[in-house]
Amino acid sequence: MKGASLIAHDVRTGARRATDVLQDFLSRVEAHDGDVHAFNTVTAEQARAAAAAIDAAVDEGRDPGLLAGVPVAFKDNLCTRGVATTCSSRMLEGWQPPYDATVVQAMTAAGAVMIGKTNLDEFAMGSSTEHSAFGPTRNPYDLTRVPGGSSGGSAAAVAAGFAPLALGSDTGGSIRQPASLCGIVGIKPTYGRVSRYGLVAFASSFDQIGPFATDVADAALALGVISGHDPADSTSIPAAVPDYTSALDRGVEGLRVGIVSELAVASAEGQAARARSGGCHPAAGTSWGDGGNTPSGYDISAEAAWLRDGFDPEVVERLYGAADALAAAGATVDHVSVPAVAYGLTAYYLIAPAEASSNLARYDGTRYGLRVEGADVTEMNRLTRRAGFGDEVKARIMLGTFALSAGYYDAYYGKAQRVRMLTRRDFDAAYADFDVLLSPTSPCVAFRFGERADPMTMYRCDTCTIPSNLSGDPAMSVPFGTGAEGLPVGVQVMAPALGEETMLTVAAALERAAPPLSKPLLAGVAGSTGAQT
Amino acid sequence: MARLARIELTADEIEHYTGHLGRVLEHARELDDLDLADVPPLAHPYPLRNVFRDDVAGSPVDRDEVLSQAPAASDGQFEVPPVLGDPS
Repeated sequence: MKGASLIAHDVRTGARRATDVLQDFLSRVEAHDGDVHAFNTVTAEQARAAAAAIDAAVDEGRDPGLLAGVPVAFKDNLCTRGVATTCSSRMLEGWQPPYDATVVQAMTAAGAVMIGKTNLDEFAMGSSTEHSAFGPTRNPYDLTRVPGGSSGGSAAAVAAGFAPLALGSDTGGSIRQPASLCGIVGIKPTYGRVSRYGLVAFASSFDQIGPFATDVADAALALGVISGHDPADSTSIPAAVPDYTSALDRGVEGLRVGIVSELAVASAEGQAARARSGGCHPAAGTSWGDGGNTPSGYDISAEAAWLRDGFDPEVVERLYGAADALAAAGATVDHVSVPAVAYGLTAYYLIAPAEASSNLARYDGTRYGLRVEGADVTEMNRLTRRAGFGDEVKARIMLGTFALSAGYYDAYYGKAQRVRMLTRRDFDAAYADFDVLLSPTSPCVAFRFGERADPMTMYRCDTCTIPSNLSGDPAMSVPFGTGAEGLPVGVQVMAPALGEETMLTVAAALERAAPPLSKPLLAGVAGSTGAQT
Repeated sequence: MARLARIELTADEIEHYTGHLGRVLEHARELDDLDLADVPPLAHPYPLRNVFRDDVAGSPVDRDEVLSQAPAASDGQFEVPPVLGDPS
């Protein structure tokens, strides 16, 4: 046991005080968040009171909850009553929600202690946390690089040891991709598994809340706490919540694991470089066939070519290393084709902006946050939205407005929804033959600030993660060694709807086999103690 | 589009966003290669239908707390500039 599980165990048994645990983490935040900028707000006073209440419960013999005394960071698009919730936008600067999100209530009820609100790409639109109105978050492994996004603050907070657990939201990969780039575990649950009540909406048919943790056991523990039906969210699934932690030790013997062929190809450039240096293409040494399974019958070779441009060879190598490890542990491994994933990115970048243009219409200067006065209400709306939204948010709102407009609806939004159905069908066909699917989480390791200024280059970060948002199926990222310059690489495990247990079983097996990953070296860390329990 | 989305833009910004949106829509054209005539659209990933709940009163969010976060409010209502007629 370590991390959050160990803290909760120690606090519950009286071996450690919640107030002492909190102080260790707050000291670390104070020492290093100036460099990392994971937090928009640190709620130290409120956290001290909450930790003291946990200690009092332990003293009085009351059950302090499964996550007793575990500090948790919440992405700043999760509503926290009376605590600023900004979405890293000028539009909501200073806004204090009148209620808590259901996940915030659930974590608090389980004894977790909110330590602060974390930075994100404005309104969760981005893959690097560079698009925050309050400045970027830096990757704890290399402060000159991005932590990924949009939940970059939550991922960096856990990776830097500012909190053992964090929650984020995942619309196109915003939990999994930053988890991969920061060397930690991140889960996007099945759409509807976790209530979205109190999550500030971006693209409602994709948005899903999930946990970040340093290991699979902690992530499973947190997932169990936040999962379940909520009458306040009409898309919430009324299904019982299993004990996710019991799935961790089941082993992968007999499980069928499919490597998604379309997402397992290193760039030609990368392959050539490998050959020159005496290495070999990672796939060349494996004995697995091509699966021969092309469910929807589309030839992906031409269309997918642009999609493969960005795949680092090391990332694909780690994927095959993970597949090897699962085969060695008794799983059956083969390739499987999921052709529609080649079109996922394009479909997503029509549907998500369309939904966003509708969801963000509410920021009109009337009910919350910013208002810029105008002569009439329309001018007030226009000036408020000009001043309140950043560049990427404006672009996506206008893109979505276009995709939904009369005359273009069928050609863009309608077509994208049909591609979404293709994705659903292709995944269904793949899951008829496989229990879980594997791919890289991110096509690349953490990149430098400003390196992906072109929008399409940035959007390609989400190539491997978007398909599971289109289908609504669960997926997670597990660290599996390092790539270029010793930076963390994550492997993505995908499962059919409500297949979180099998997904966690496979993730736990990968974690046991994973090459060791060093902790981020922040200045002065050698002198700090307590946080890295 | 900016007018429909109620976002005030300068001429330079219009040029900037035209380029940005053009790049994305260029990629969207690859969907034209697909024969999707027989594929129905999918709007929602999980087939939930007829979601009902018991008709019981809950505890509503406090009105004053909501209004305290608005840019302008009076008499228990949100306040906005004139919607109709000459502003005076």
